[in-house]
Amino acid sequence: MCNQTVCLVAAELERQGISTVVIQLLRQVTEKVRPPRALVVPFRHGYPLDSPNNPQKQRAVLLAALNLFEDQKLTPPAIVDFK
Amino acid sequence: MGDLNEFSFKYRLFLKTYPWRRVDPVPWTPLRKHLKDSRLVLVSSAGIVTSNQKPFDRTIRGGDPSIREIRSDIDVSTLTETHRSDAFDHSGIQQDPNLAFPLERLRELSEDGRIGSLNHRHLSVMGSITAPGRLIKKTIPLVVPKLVEDIVDVALLIPV
Repeated sequence: MCNQTVCLVAAELERQGISTVVIQLLRQVTEKVRPPRALVVPFRHGYPLDSPNNPQKQRAVLLAALNLFEDQKLTPPAIVDFK
Repeated sequence: MGDLNEFSFKYRLFLKTYPWRRVDPVPWTPLRKHLKDSRLVLVSSAGIVTSNQKPFDRTIRGGDPSIREIRSDIDVSTLTETHRSDAFDHSGIQQDPNLAFPLERLRELSEDGRIGSLNHRHLSVMGSITAPGRLIKKTIPLVVPKLVEDIVDVALLIPV
C-alpha cells in the first residue's frame, strides 16, 4: 500500500507546484496509480534504497531519482526503471 | 524482487483485487530552477517517528492517515519505524533508518552541491493505508500548504 500512498501525496504536491519523484517497489501498482515521476527499483519491500548501512548503494538510488527531475524528455506519467 | 511473488498468498490475492486509486489527470510541475538551487523535502511512508512523537496507530481500520513532521537536523539514529505491515522485513530499516528515510544521504548530497538545500521539516506517514480517503481529504490538504509556504521546490517520496 505504501507505493500507492506516496503516489497520492506526490500528485497533490505536483498540483500545488512542487515537482516530485516517487521511488516505487512494485511496477504493477505504479502503472495503475500513475504518479507524475517514478523510479522503479528492483529491491524487495522494506529495502527501497537497496541495503542498510551502505551509503554508496543508497546514494546511487538517490542520484538516479534526482536525475528524473532534470530529464526534460519525460512526460507524465513517467515510470523509469532503476538500472 | 520487486514483484507480487515476494508476498504470501494472502497478500498477493489482496493486491490483485484491491481497487487501486488512479491519478487522472496526471499533474506535472517541471523543475523551475536548477536542482543545485532547489529546496528539497523528503516524504517517507515507513511510519518513522521521533522519540517524542506518538507511534502510528496500528488499530485504525483502513490505516492511520495522520502525518508526522521530522526536523531536518534530527539525529537519524534516534528515529523509530512504526509501520504496521507484517508483509515485509523490517530489520533493515531498524538497523539503518536511512534505508527508507535517507536524511544523512540527502545531507551529503546537499553538501556536495547536487541539491540546493533541505527543507527544515520533512514528512512521515505510515503507508499501510487501504482506505486513503481521509489521507486525501484531510491530511494532505493540511500539510501541502505548509510546504508551499516553506518554498519547497522538489519532493522525494519513498515507500517501504
